Amino acid sequence: MEQYDITIIGAGVVGCAVAREISRFQLRTVVLEKDMDVACGNSSRNTGMLHAGFTYAPGSLKAECTVEGNQEFDQVAKELDVPFKRTGKLVIGFNETDRANILKFKKIGEINGVKGMRMINREEMDKIDPNAGGEFAMYVPSSGILDPMQYTIALAENACSNGVKFRFGSKVEKILREGDTYRILTSSGEFRTKWVINCAGMYASQISEQLGYPNYPVRGFKGEYYVLDKKAGKNMPIPIYPAPNEKGGFATHATPTVDGNVLVGPDSYLTDEPEDYKTTKEHMDGLYRDGLKMFSEMKREYFIRNFAGIRWKIYNPSTGENQDFVLESDDAHPHTVNLVGIESPGITCALPLGRRAAAIIKEKEQPDNNPSFNPCRKGIRRFSEMSPEEKIHAVAENPDYGEIVCRCETVTRAEILTAIHNPLGVHTVTGIKNRTRATMGRCQGGYCETRITEMIEKELGISETDVRYSKAGSYMFTGKVR
Amino acid sequence: MRSVKEVSVAIIGGGPAGLAAAVRLYDKGIKDIVILEREKMPGGILRQCIHDGFGLTRFKETLSGPEYAQRFIDMAEERKIPYITDTTVLEITPDRKIYAASKNGILEIQAKAVILAMGCRERTRGAISIPGERPSGVYTAGVAQSYINLYNKMVGKEVVILGSGDIGMIMARRLTLEGAHVQAVFEIQPYSSGLPRNVEQCLRDYNIPLYLSHTVTDILGKERLEGVVVSRVDEHMQPIPGTEKTYTCDTLILSVGLIPENELSIGAGVTLDGRSKGAVVDENYQTDIEGIFAAGNVLHVHDLVDFVSREAESLADAVAAYIENGELRKCSLEVETDTNITHTIPQKISGEKSFLLSMRVRQPMKNCEIVISQGGQIIKKKNFKKALPAEMIQIPIDAEKLNSSENLEVSAIC
Repeated sequence: MEQYDITIIGAGVVGCAVAREISRFQLRTVVLEKDMDVACGNSSRNTGMLHAGFTYAPGSLKAECTVEGNQEFDQVAKELDVPFKRTGKLVIGFNETDRANILKFKKIGEINGVKGMRMINREEMDKIDPNAGGEFAMYVPSSGILDPMQYTIALAENACSNGVKFRFGSKVEKILREGDTYRILTSSGEFRTKWVINCAGMYASQISEQLGYPNYPVRGFKGEYYVLDKKAGKNMPIPIYPAPNEKGGFATHATPTVDGNVLVGPDSYLTDEPEDYKTTKEHMDGLYRDGLKMFSEMKREYFIRNFAGIRWKIYNPSTGENQDFVLESDDAHPHTVNLVGIESPGITCALPLGRRAAAIIKEKEQPDNNPSFNPCRKGIRRFSEMSPEEKIHAVAENPDYGEIVCRCETVTRAEILTAIHNPLGVHTVTGIKNRTRATMGRCQGGYCETRITEMIEKELGISETDVRYSKAGSYMFTGKVR
Repeated sequence: MRSVKEVSVAIIGGGPAGLAAAVRLYDKGIKDIVILEREKMPGGILRQCIHDGFGLTRFKETLSGPEYAQRFIDMAEERKIPYITDTTVLEITPDRKIYAASKNGILEIQAKAVILAMGCRERTRGAISIPGERPSGVYTAGVAQSYINLYNKMVGKEVVILGSGDIGMIMARRLTLEGAHVQAVFEIQPYSSGLPRNVEQCLRDYNIPLYLSHTVTDILGKERLEGVVVSRVDEHMQPIPGTEKTYTCDTLILSVGLIPENELSIGAGVTLDGRSKGAVVDENYQTDIEGIFAAGNVLHVHDLVDFVSREAESLADAVAAYIENGELRKCSLEVETDTNITHTIPQKISGEKSFLLSMRVRQPMKNCEIVISQGGQIIKKKNFKKALPAEMIQIPIDAEKLNSSENLEVSAIC
C-alpha cells in the first residue's frame, strides 16, 4: 500500500496542473489515473484554444481563471516548452443582430478584464485575413492556440520531475474516510492519503459524492470534429468564429491548430454516457455541410480524422441554467479539494485552478517549499521545426535524427525513442503519437505505425501481444504469425 | 557519408518504377544517376507482396513481389547503379535541388533531372469518414500486410474487410491461410474495385463472401474492436436505414483506395491532376516543372507492376533524351476526356510523338468502344467486350496519325 500526503484523482489537464502547482511544496503527491496516459478524456478532445474570456459571466470563477490563465500563458509556454501561438481571434458578423451580440460580449469581456478587443471593418479584416467571411468583426488579440495534449503532458512531466508520482491504470473504486485521512481503493491497489483532490472530469460528480459533497447534476454537451490536412491550413492565420448567439454559444467554426491543421467543429448535442466519444454519420454530415458554408477549404480530400469531446456542465435542474465551475474545500469534508464541472475553457483555466487548489492546501498544511522545484521542463526537440543548419548539427550529434520514421509529419527515430522513454512511463502507441505527432499526418500511420510498434517492443523488451494502442484492452496483435 | 553533390538524374524512390527507370537510363548511356530509397533495401511495396502473380506480362512467368523486385535489383547491381538506402528525401526544389536525411547527415544533391517514383499510400478510415468508436484492430490492408509479411505479427482472428481493392482481397486470402476467419468482404460500389482474377483466387476459392453495395456504418468497441455495423447502400452510395447488420469481429481491414504520394511533388511546385491525384504530365512523363518527371504509382495508381516497369522505362527514354539535348519538345495539346473516362496519362501531348495512352473508365461498361480523335477526325478506335474501373486501359497512339494543332479527345461509347 502506498502512502501519500496528497492524492489527485484524474490526470486530465486540471489534475496535472494541480499536481504541478502542488509540486512547488514538499508534499508526497500521487496522481491516480484510470487510463494509461494523461489527457485521455476531454483534455485532448477540444479545439486547443487559449480563450480570452469574453463570454463568461463577470465575477464567475470561469471568467476570473480564463483571464488569468490567458494573460500568463506566454510565460507558461516558455517554462513548459510547449507549442503556442497568440494568434488573436476574429469574431465575425454579417448583420445588425450579429453586431448587437458581439458588442454585448465585448462589453462583458471588458468587465472581465480582457484587453485589446476592438471592432474592425472589412478593410482591416483584409489585412489580418483576407479569407475571413463577414462584413465586420471583433478582433480579440489575446486569444491563442495550443496543443492540449502536449500541454497536459508537459504539466505532468514537470510535476513528475518535481517529485509527483503518476499511477496509471488506477481507477478509483471506493474512497473510505478514516478520521481525517482517506483510504482509496483502486483497480491497481490501495492508497492511503491525507488529502484527496477531485479532478475526475466527467466522473467528478461521483467522486464528489464519495467525498461527501453533492452529486452535482451535470449534462454532457457533446461535439464532433473533423481534422483537416495541413494543406487546408496554409491560408488560415487566425481562428475565425461566427458571431455568438445571445447565450455566448458559437455555431460550427474552423480553427487552425498550432501544428497547421484545421479543426472543423464542434457541433453541440446532449449525451448521457460519460465516455461517449463515438462519431456519428449524422453529425459528420452536418459538420461537412456547415463547414462548407464557412470554410472554402472544407474538401473531402483533406479529411484526416474525426473525434468527439464532451463538455460536462453543471446545471440547475429547476431553471435549466448552466452553472459556473465548482472549486470548494471546507472543514465538513476535511482535507479535500473538490473540482467539479470543469469544462470549456478548462485548458485555459487549468493552471489558475491548480494554483487555487494548491493555495488551499498550503494554507492548511504550511508545507515547506520544494527546494529542488524547477518550473521548467524541456519538450522533445522536433526535427521538423529545425532550421537547415540545426538539422545538420542534430544529425551529426545524434544520427537517429537522420532517420525519418513518420514521413507525413517528418518525425525522426530520435524523437520517437525519447517519447518511448518518457518520464511518465507511458508506452501506448497513442502516447507516442501525442508526444511526437507520428501517425498524426495524412497517412495516419500507414508508413510509420509498423516501425513504432517494433520500436516499442525492442526498447521496452515487451512482446508484441503487450503492445497497446491506447486503452488497457486495446491490444494490437494476437501473436506471431508462426 | 557518401556525399553526392551533382548528378545527371536523381530518382526518388527505389521501388519498381525507380529501379526500372534507373536500369533503362543506364542502358541508354546515362550512368551518372542515383536512387534515393527511404527503406533499408530497394524494392518498394513489392517487398511485402509475397503472393505470386507478378511478372506475367513482363517475364512471361508468375513471380512473387520480392522475386519481381529482385530481378530489377539484380539488373541495377550488375550495372553498379548507386542507390542510397535509409535515406528520406525532405524536399525537392523547382530547380531540382534535393535535400535528404539519413543517419550520415543531411544530403544535398543538385540534379539535371529528377524522377519522382515515390509510389502511393492507402486511404484511411478518416479519409472516408467511417463513424463510430476508435478502438484498436482497424488496419488498412497494406499495414496489415506489412505486419504479417514483414514483421511476423498477427493482427487479429475474426476479420471483416471493407473494400474489394486488390490488396484487400489478397489480405482476405492471406489472413485465412494464417488461421484467421474472414467473415466477408464488403464493397460500397455495385461492382468489385479489384481485378476479377483476385475475386476468383482470393475470395471464391476460399468461400469468402463478397457483398456489393454495402459499407461499414459503425465501429463498435472502446478498447479493441468488438464489431462493425454494415449497411446496404443506395445508388448514391448512402446507407439505407433498416438494413444494418452487426458483425462481431476483432479486426477490420480497410482496402478503400490508394492515393499517389505527391507531397514532395507539391513542394517542388508540380501541378497535380485532381482526377488521377498524380502530376499532370506530357508524353515524355515530364511534369509542368522542367526537368522533373514522374512515373509509376506516384503518377497514377496501376493495377499491375508490369505496367509500372514499362511506364518507367518509357519515362527513362525521355529523360535520356532530355539529358542529351537539354530540352524536350513542347507539349501544348490537351488530352480531353468525356465523363465515362476518369483520367488519362499523359494529359498533354505534342502531336508529333508516338505514346502510350493510359486511362480508366468511371464505371463498368459492356460492349463499349474507346474512340480517340482530333478535331472530329478519328485516330483510333478500340472495342471492349467489358471495361472495368479496376482494369487500366492502355492504347498505343501512333505519331503518324496525329496533327500538332488540335487537342486529343478520348471518349468511351456504349
